[in-house]
Amino acid sequence: MYDFSYTKPICLADAVLALNGLDAKALAGGQSFIPVLKQRLNRPSLVVDLAGLGLSGITVSDDAVTIGATTTHAAVAANSDVQKAFPALACLAAGIGDLQVRHRGTIGGSLANNDPAADYPAVALATAATLHTTTRTLTADEFFQGMFTTALEPDEIITAVSFPIPHQAAYVKFRNPASRYAMVGVFVARGEPGVRVAVTGAGQNGVFRHAAMEQALSRSWSPAALEGIATPAEGLNSDIHGSADYRAHLVGVMAKRAVGLAES
Amino acid sequence: MPQVSLTVNGRRETIEVEARTLLVELLREKLGLTGTHVGCDTSQCGACVVHLDGQSVKSCSILALQAEGTRVTTVEGLAAADGTLHPMQDMFREFHALQCGFCTPGMVMTAIDLVQSHPEGLTEAQIRHGLEGNLCRCTGYHNIVKAIAAGWHLMHGKPVAQAAE
Repeated sequence: MYDFSYTKPICLADAVLALNGLDAKALAGGQSFIPVLKQRLNRPSLVVDLAGLGLSGITVSDDAVTIGATTTHAAVAANSDVQKAFPALACLAAGIGDLQVRHRGTIGGSLANNDPAADYPAVALATAATLHTTTRTLTADEFFQGMFTTALEPDEIITAVSFPIPHQAAYVKFRNPASRYAMVGVFVARGEPGVRVAVTGAGQNGVFRHAAMEQALSRSWSPAALEGIATPAEGLNSDIHGSADYRAHLVGVMAKRAVGLAES
Repeated sequence: MPQVSLTVNGRRETIEVEARTLLVELLREKLGLTGTHVGCDTSQCGACVVHLDGQSVKSCSILALQAEGTRVTTVEGLAAADGTLHPMQDMFREFHALQCGFCTPGMVMTAIDLVQSHPEGLTEAQIRHGLEGNLCRCTGYHNIVKAIAAGWHLMHGKPVAQAAE
């Protein structure tokens, strides 16, 4: 990779200041960002390490799970309060990447990166999560704006994410066998915001809500309700791992499995 | 040039690095610890797995500077000073869990992490799930899984349940 300067601020104000510089990029767990640097897909002059900011931690209340931005996937997966209160979230975290990636990768990094095949965007969108940043709060609906694109300003840092706890929820993904990224991942949730179905891995613009499935499941929360609900192949990814038509089919299969899992 | 201070295999080291130096490069090129391997460009293969503060991590996906103040253990840090193999290394030998050996350091480091984080027991399914970040092109994984199951018993002071054949 190209060389850069590195700084590890110990307070948020310094981190924001550092990110105000030209070509400065934030580093969280590095499990997406360091591969990006190695492939020279990004050439920052300054890398701002967020690990010293104390943004790690998990709080579970009666109605929400709040996770600090630099909390690792392994920490979320292993947290017994999350496992009890919102098991689908713990399971999602436990399925990200692999053991080593989960020991370093963070929820803030995953959401800020908005990889179109990442898992966290699906649960954030499906539960109408709130993202807390250094300057404001954002709803999940307004946060995700396209592949690798979010509402974040260049010097804005996610500090925490709050997930309203759904009554029923599950996440099922069809993984690429080597990278373990979702070829298609579907998170279904029924809770205060109603029924939401969020699909990752499939769309060219990243995570999206499946309106037709949400309507069907609102009428009847069962895998059978999804019979015949088509997913248009238009706008879906076609690549060496699968065609858009294949992904469209997978969306239906994963959604039915997710509802079945959520019921049990 | 920036400097990084960390403990590697029990020894305190302070090394000059570039910001872009990866932890695996520091280990291999600056410290001569070439047991940790670079097997892919994509953070998938796990030949570079080491322990950082007790957790298995991919050293190709960590900047050396991120390891400031940490304790790193590589495969060279496993055997005793007199050459006695770590029980996990011994079980890899016993169960023929390697052929070319390229993935083996990463496999052994991951294996030890799995055993240490499962004091209550380690099922075959948990072993296979735990190995998802380590790819092997030679063995087909079965003997690796057997070696790790046996390693769990030895590391927890129990007799090995099944003979190697």
